[in-house]
Amino acid sequence: MNAREHVRSPLPTAAPPADVVPPGLALVPTRPGWLMLFRKEVLRFWKVAFQTIAAPILTSLLYLLIFSHVLEGKVSVYDGRVGYTAFLVPGLVMMSVLQNAFANSSSSLIQSKITGNLIFVLLPPLSALDLFAAYVLGAIVRGLCVGFGVFAVTLMFEPSLLAMPHPLWALAFALLGSAILATLGLIAGLWADKFDQLAAFQNFIIVPLTFLSGVFYSIHSLPPFWQTLSHANPFFYMIDGFRYGFFGVSDIAPAASLAVVVSATVALGGLAIFLLHRGFKLRN
Amino acid sequence: MIPAVEVVDVARRFGRVQALAGIDLQVQQGEFFGLLGPNGAGKTTLISIIAGLTRADRGAARVLGHDVIADFRQARRSLGVVPQELVFDPFFTVRETLEFQAGYFGLRKPTDWIDEILHHLDLTSKADANMRALSGGMKRRVLVGQALVHKPPVIVLDEPTAGVDVELRQSLWQFVRKLNRDGHTIILTTHYLEEAETLCSRIAMLKAGQVVALDSTANLLARIPGITCRVAAARLPAAWASRVVREERGVWHVALESYGELETLLAALRTEGIDVRELALEETDLEQVFLELTGSGKVAA
Repeated sequence: MNAREHVRSPLPTAAPPADVVPPGLALVPTRPGWLMLFRKEVLRFWKVAFQTIAAPILTSLLYLLIFSHVLEGKVSVYDGRVGYTAFLVPGLVMMSVLQNAFANSSSSLIQSKITGNLIFVLLPPLSALDLFAAYVLGAIVRGLCVGFGVFAVTLMFEPSLLAMPHPLWALAFALLGSAILATLGLIAGLWADKFDQLAAFQNFIIVPLTFLSGVFYSIHSLPPFWQTLSHANPFFYMIDGFRYGFFGVSDIAPAASLAVVVSATVALGGLAIFLLHRGFKLRN
Repeated sequence: MIPAVEVVDVARRFGRVQALAGIDLQVQQGEFFGLLGPNGAGKTTLISIIAGLTRADRGAARVLGHDVIADFRQARRSLGVVPQELVFDPFFTVRETLEFQAGYFGLRKPTDWIDEILHHLDLTSKADANMRALSGGMKRRVLVGQALVHKPPVIVLDEPTAGVDVELRQSLWQFVRKLNRDGHTIILTTHYLEEAETLCSRIAMLKAGQVVALDSTANLLARIPGITCRVAAARLPAAWASRVVREERGVWHVALESYGELETLLAALRTEGIDVRELALEETDLEQVFLELTGSGKVAA
């Protein structure tokens, strides 16, 4: 049977009542919808703060206790101007910021995809930019919460760090670094179909890049080959620039690091918005 | 008047499966419209395209005149969808779930409307319960609530009564009928054909991605003429043998051309002294039309 013929043929006998339903039935929006999604993203981790904030703070503290116990006095950094424990703290703070920003956006997306409740976000009038803003900002908040927590706890061991010479530089790198990892988490969450794939992304890309970025050492202590290679690691610039805020000393000029980090933010942000706009693995 | 939903030549293929093969459809404002078809007919794909969850390969879909892609904000604001899958966010309570959903539509806690939704869906006492603690039927009703939270002029319900018990199904339909009376357009797919028959004023039947029938419910029912009489008896008068549609364990299904013929049949039975144990009349129902049009043995929406 031909479908089109049918559609055109018999007109409905029960004609709809005339002039019903003004489209004005709908409630009138008073503020941007993405703000609520941002709020939900924050509440989502806040409701399980033990797991999402307290646990990573404890982990960082353990790193600090163990590494500083083993290495303090044996490793000199920046020609002996900075003690090892003091050097380690900004690295650990930044590592927590980065890992938690990534964890937040990626786990939120994959959970929503797997449980199917992502549909609640796809049905409302939220654009690609709206979704990007909400997920990335939510993840930045989580990253910074954990970062501040780690910093506050480690201050007990290194109170001198409070007198940082360039706090705004540190804040800028924390913000940009968490934005980059939040965006990577968003992309990974979109791409992954299973937790397994997401874990692979995290364990085989994010963790090695973080650990090899100079969290635990200054790259100047590395052999020349590895020093050169470290410059290809975008995470290196985030951590090096962040440290500049604490000590006024860094492996490379902070402005150069800032340029690299800003470029990465823009490039990854563009990619993420493009994927969201195309409905990549969202609106098939 | 602008149609509530307009679908023009929409086609969509998934790999080798042609889920939709060129659908044209208009649902007028204020209608209670039924979308029926066997499993895999393309109903959910069509709804997904209207909701912007799936993109069409060709064709266009509009909600109250707003293209679902070019003008997605207005289109989605005009539309409320109750998805078929029973999904929920385990982190939050019922009220939070509804407030978030309202927020995504840019609404700041429409408390009165949320309270009204909770009341009509019989969820008031569960407002502060975590989503995880709800039964399947309750979760289903929260899904209905989420679809209504921005008071959409057009409401699409994709099998809303699956897993909902009879009593709650009745109250759900009362609520949906009230929404329809208040001016909301309703588009419904359902497993229960009696529901579509009693609720929908117009029905489209889909099969293999095509519209095989689009008509008022009354016209569809009129397509299969006649009445069937079910007679439980040892035998039938010989003259009626040609009228037997089928026979199962002493129950004869006899086709009548009119109600008047029933008298003739009864007279013949009496004349031959045949003892009738049971007698019932069956009118055409949507299920027969459905089976006839879709040619499928299984009835499913």
